[in-house]
Amino acid sequence: MLQGIIPMDGLDDILTKYYQTDGSIVSILQDMEGRYGYIPEEAVAWVSEKTGLSASRFYGVATFYGQFHLVKPGKNVVKVCRGTACHVKGSEKISDDIRTLLKVGVGETTPDGNFTVEHVACVGACARAPIFIVGKDVYGKITPQKAKKTLEKYMGGEGNGKG
Amino acid sequence: MEKAKTEIIVGMGTCGITAGASDIYALAAEQAKAKGLSVKLSSTSCIGMCHSEVLVDVVTEGYARVTYGNVTTATMEEIIDSHVSGNVPVLKYTIAQMPSYGKTYDDIPVFEQLPYMNKQERVVLSNCGFIDPLSIENYISHGGYEALKKVIAAADPKAAIEIIKASGLRGRGGAGFPTGLKWEFCNKAQSDVKYIICNADEGDPGAFMDRSVLEGDPHAIIEGMLIAGYCIGASYGYVYCRAEYPLAISNLKVAISQAHEMGFLGDNVLNSGFKFNIKIKEGAGAFVCGEETALIASIEGLRGMPRAKPPFPAQKGLWGKPTVINNVETLANIPRIIVKGAEWFSAFGTEKSKGTKVFALAGKINRGGLIEIPMGITLREIIYDIGGGIPNDRAFKAVQTGGPSGGCLTAAMLDTPVDYENIAKAGSIVGSGGMIVMDEDDCMVNIARYFLEFTQSESCGKCTPCRIGTKRLYEILHRITEGKGRKGDLELLDELSEDIRAASLCGLGQTAPNPILSTLKNFRDEYAAHIEEKRCPAAVCKPLITFTIIEKSCTGCMACSRACPVNAITGEKKKPHFLAQELCIKCGSCFDVCKFKAVLKK
Ligand SMILES: Cc1cc2nc3c(=O)[nH]c(=O)nc-3n(C[C@H](O)[C@H](O)[C@H](O)COP(=O)(O)O)c2cc1C
Ligand code: SF4
Ligand code: SF4
Ligand code: FES
Ligand code: FES
Repeated sequence: MLQGIIPMDGLDDILTKYYQTDGSIVSILQDMEGRYGYIPEEAVAWVSEKTGLSASRFYGVATFYGQFHLVKPGKNVVKVCRGTACHVKGSEKISDDIRTLLKVGVGETTPDGNFTVEHVACVGACARAPIFIVGKDVYGKITPQKAKKTLEKYMGGEGNGKG
Repeated sequence: MEKAKTEIIVGMGTCGITAGASDIYALAAEQAKAKGLSVKLSSTSCIGMCHSEVLVDVVTEGYARVTYGNVTTATMEEIIDSHVSGNVPVLKYTIAQMPSYGKTYDDIPVFEQLPYMNKQERVVLSNCGFIDPLSIENYISHGGYEALKKVIAAADPKAAIEIIKASGLRGRGGAGFPTGLKWEFCNKAQSDVKYIICNADEGDPGAFMDRSVLEGDPHAIIEGMLIAGYCIGASYGYVYCRAEYPLAISNLKVAISQAHEMGFLGDNVLNSGFKFNIKIKEGAGAFVCGEETALIASIEGLRGMPRAKPPFPAQKGLWGKPTVINNVETLANIPRIIVKGAEWFSAFGTEKSKGTKVFALAGKINRGGLIEIPMGITLREIIYDIGGGIPNDRAFKAVQTGGPSGGCLTAAMLDTPVDYENIAKAGSIVGSGGMIVMDEDDCMVNIARYFLEFTQSESCGKCTPCRIGTKRLYEILHRITEGKGRKGDLELLDELSEDIRAASLCGLGQTAPNPILSTLKNFRDEYAAHIEEKRCPAAVCKPLITFTIIEKSCTGCMACSRACPVNAITGEKKKPHFLAQELCIKCGSCFDVCKFKAVLKK
């Protein structure tokens, strides 16, 4: 009944690709996340029905791992690296400042749906800390001022894909 | 004179791309075409000098390879016009030259003699930043897959295991368990199916050894896994890689398919009858999945929760079958040891810590990047000789090793030799190789709080001491940094830490208190200042600091009042400004923007 809202075609592929080979719920969810940018309730219900596994099995796994979103993220996912190298280089202030600017908490989306702010733990570019990511664009040696300026580029409605 | 053939090599590791390497690559391609130059454009990965990205190398046939640093689009044009077109290096941007490629130029330092390089010993990193990671031919021409051929030709897995044992190689993932011994256990285990897993989860937030090796030399990992598989009798390998490393994953995918095409992977490896295939599993963002039993659960598609050991994975691992789990760096050592011998390897290092170790040097350091040193050189040599010391004339305060499981070492410990035993004696661990340098502006209570915030949120929740204990530790630390510390808090931290260490099920909980214990031991005064005097000596903890404007120094430039997000600063142009304490949210923006040092942070 919910299939009209979210296109379900392709989920079949996900199922045959992973479920029948090694039974990995993680892999199914990863493909779902990749496809929709989050884990839609409808998709879980669909997969649960097809596999005969209860939805709670899927949610048990989805809530365990940091990668999965249960609500749809904004148009631009902004990630502030909170790894150790970035921390000593002032990433806490970067996160504080952009969240003051956007008026959101960590993991929250702006009311206009343009930005979701997230924290990540190290993307491996520590020598260029602090690191700040908008969509797929990675910025190194960022300052709070530069971070705010950078965000302005994404404010004019120009989306940058999903995180 | 005949026109020389020239190669331009752009550093396209994660750091390079972050610094803008893709634009430089595109520009080089476009210019070479527009100017009709016969150049070969290629890319390489992390050479370790991440502090100087974007890095571009130019090799004119018959001449030394020249490395340029901090390359921008403007400098790239100059390099093309002068060096690429006319074989005249642009000296103001050169970092080094490598004479092994040919005739040297005047006035460019030799790569191996740079202060950053001359104490390094590159074994694991021997290919990183030199070869094109996307070219299997390049790997083979640098001696790649020789070790595999040697092991298969000898057809004696036990003898190969003996070589690894004799080399003294210990696991580089953190625990330092002898690799050869682990393989021997698994070799002896009776089973029709066995697995080898490469642990590329690299959970230490602030470290990037494994990502650089995967990006820069993926075939070395494949070859290491093949040899491990051959030795223990496994036909399947998994690489469990964190999803935050997309470039590492894509380079590895390319390498795997190339290895298949060339017959190194597949159902009949090198026509020997040995079958070996590799699958990549992407992590899903849980630190605990670096722990081997949690990692296995995660590959099986479940919640990544550790289980009690024994049975060890070598007896009962993935899908209940005997499994060897090795770290990326451990595996990258294998082909080199097989080719050059156990004695060659064990000549590096100290009595019980053989070989070299890769470290990711970051934080308050002039030359941050990826380094590989023989075990046994001192922290001072790493931080000052290789890393070039602390920027902005600040004083060194501490170096953090071992990530969330490790500790902070002080200035008095700088002469500690870096090996498993000595770093442990000093109160930390070598860990997987993260090394974060901190200066006088870093608050050690804040650092301890930072790590506990991380571990308590990453605790899988299976056992109570870790799930609840780390949360309580975090709350106490948080309270102290808010100026609400109480008498007895330090004793409470000590006691609770010991309990969590003793009672937790897995390494995460058992080591989570380490950042507290080491800072409590080495920086107890700083904790006391927070609790007793409600003062943060490093001026980091917000509730304990105030910002004021020094009237004498304020020029009335208005930079601060414009920067303040809550309009707490008022004042007319060219007249001293005033900061209203009751409005201030202590964001520090005014302090950052004031060019006249007129904002005081205390
Ligand atoms: C909480 C926790 C996280 C870990 N994370 C990693 C990791 O990211 N990478 C790694 O190689 N080993 C990690 N380990 C160590 C592994 O459990 C295991 O000892 C290692 O992969 C074995 O390989 P080695 O012998 O080659 O070092 C972690 C251990 C714990 C307890
Ligand atoms: S120590 Fe922590 S992470 Fe490890 S099993 Fe217990 S709760 Fe989970
Ligand atoms: S610290 Fe931040 S809030 Fe306080 S006065 Fe300065 S800019 Fe304004
Ligand atoms: S700590 Fe931020 S990239 Fe590593
Ligand atoms: S990523 Fe380029 S030198 Fe490290």
